[in-house]
Amino acid sequence: MSNQGVDPDRRRFLTLSTTVVGGVGVAAAAWPFLASLKPSERAKALGAPVSVDITHLEAGQKLTVAWRGKPVWVVKRTPEMIASLDKVSGDLRDPGSDQKQQPDYAKNESRAIKPEILVMVGSCTHLGCSPTFRPDHPAPEVDANWQGGFYCPCHGSKFDLAGRVYKGVPAPLNLVVPPHRYVDNNTILVGEDQGAA
Amino acid sequence: MAIVPNPYKTTGFLGWIDDRFPLTKLWKDHLSEYYAPKNFNFWYYFGSLALLVLVNQLLTGIWLVMHYKPDAAVAWDSVEYIMRDVPYGNILRYLHSTGASAFFVVVFLHMYRGLLYGSYRKPRELVWLFGALIFLVLMAEAFCGYVLPWGNMSYWGANVIINLFGTIPVIGPDLVVWIQGDYFPSDATLGRLFSLHVIFLPFVLVALVVAHLIALHEVGSNNPDGVEIKKHKDPKTGIPLDGIAFHPYYTVKDVVGVGVFLIIFLGIVFFAPDGGGWLLEKPNFTPANPLATPEHITPAWYFGSFYAMLRATPSIAGSALPGVIVMFGGVAVLFLVPWLDRSPVKSIRYKGKLSKIALALFTIAFVLLSYYGMQPPSPAGTLISQIGTIVYFAFFFLMPFYTKLEKTKPEPERVTHAAH
Repeated sequence: MSNQGVDPDRRRFLTLSTTVVGGVGVAAAAWPFLASLKPSERAKALGAPVSVDITHLEAGQKLTVAWRGKPVWVVKRTPEMIASLDKVSGDLRDPGSDQKQQPDYAKNESRAIKPEILVMVGSCTHLGCSPTFRPDHPAPEVDANWQGGFYCPCHGSKFDLAGRVYKGVPAPLNLVVPPHRYVDNNTILVGEDQGAA
Repeated sequence: MAIVPNPYKTTGFLGWIDDRFPLTKLWKDHLSEYYAPKNFNFWYYFGSLALLVLVNQLLTGIWLVMHYKPDAAVAWDSVEYIMRDVPYGNILRYLHSTGASAFFVVVFLHMYRGLLYGSYRKPRELVWLFGALIFLVLMAEAFCGYVLPWGNMSYWGANVIINLFGTIPVIGPDLVVWIQGDYFPSDATLGRLFSLHVIFLPFVLVALVVAHLIALHEVGSNNPDGVEIKKHKDPKTGIPLDGIAFHPYYTVKDVVGVGVFLIIFLGIVFFAPDGGGWLLEKPNFTPANPLATPEHITPAWYFGSFYAMLRATPSIAGSALPGVIVMFGGVAVLFLVPWLDRSPVKSIRYKGKLSKIALALFTIAFVLLSYYGMQPPSPAGTLISQIGTIVYFAFFFLMPFYTKLEKTKPEPERVTHAAH
């Protein structure tokens, strides 16, 4: 084949422009496929807040509700349990709750709006397992200075009765306190911030 | 070079085909005139066995999909339906679930053979790389398949593995929602894992297996002596003097391997399909429950080693990312192996003491990691896993040094083999 009459500039321009147009087309075509993987409208609607009635929750008991598919615990702490929070602060990674694992209104020692009521997402900050409620103490098989708390059966992470993580365990952060508010004295709305109503 | 149709000048019906499609050429190139070294031993069964298990997985998978429902509300029930009501459904499912474990057994041994005899060395780097990719895809395929019965271990296993991506800084949490298609593992998650498990990943897997074999047949098989048989060819025929035709010699040998394998494999399928809780875990005999984590979340046994590495790595600066990096690094390091080995010889038969000690320690570390990855967390287990992880990586990253430092034995010119 002869190369007579070939215009190399024109050929380069055509090759380049078709490549660019094709590349943009591939990127545009990929968009719906990737965006389709996001939560659907129904999934988003199901992520709505959940109301919890704590009228019958006795001191020392734990109640579990589901919010966005995650277990949310409501624990009514006894005065002894609240007092235990001080005894373990030396063993904790973030005793002052400086990492933003809770709304500002729960950044206090008991990590709660009312000190006796703990509201917390029951999934470990390591890899999302659900820790076991272990209020019993002493429990030397869990920790030498165990004052009660939550123990993750998956990888052995330990948390105190305010969900604060112990040092030297796989979980890096305190358990998450979800946004929540009191509708009345005995009803908590999980998933909505205090003052947002 | 142009393609010449029908180079073997066949006639009749075969000739008609060969004029249009290279049937005879493919048969000769890959079977009857593919010359493999004559000194293959026991370790060379596992490649063809992997192919056998792949066929088993595809076939039983096609049948299982006929009754399985990828819907979080009924997935569990549809699996129980297969187990109880579908004729031979329990056998088909056990062939598939045991097949998954068998796949990893033969693939681990197949890869170990590569490490023993230096099958990744020049010119077989791409054979090894395609193999490492197959291993990676196989792990993804096994993970997706494990989730499908939507038992409680399926659910929490999916939760842990998907949350690994949540440790990536900045984009992590959003990435997890995107992967799940929801704020937690749900019907949307099950649907996409099902799609990947039965369509996308099998396509990729089969394509990679084809690439693995094409690359292998291009360069020719390695052997236990690690010497190139193509160096000594019959001057008249051009056939390697130490080579024998794959078919019939190795097809016949592999049939024996298949027989032994099937006796063991079907023994498990028929008499111990849950493998005492090691092949099918007890918590997976209860439906998924997002509110109750099983007592111990254990991965399938074949992920034990990598899971142990994840658990053994402490978190740094409030992030579990290092453990995730170490775990994926355990797989990624395989891709570097062809360039880490600097020994003048390929096979462990002629390597020095250091290589033998390193491989022995690596083997022990891998077995211990696999074991402790399945045990509940304990201080002793963590310590052993940490040592095991260090040994695992040291085996690879010190390889350039110990393979170069040690004194090797001279390689023979021809393969060592007693005729039989």
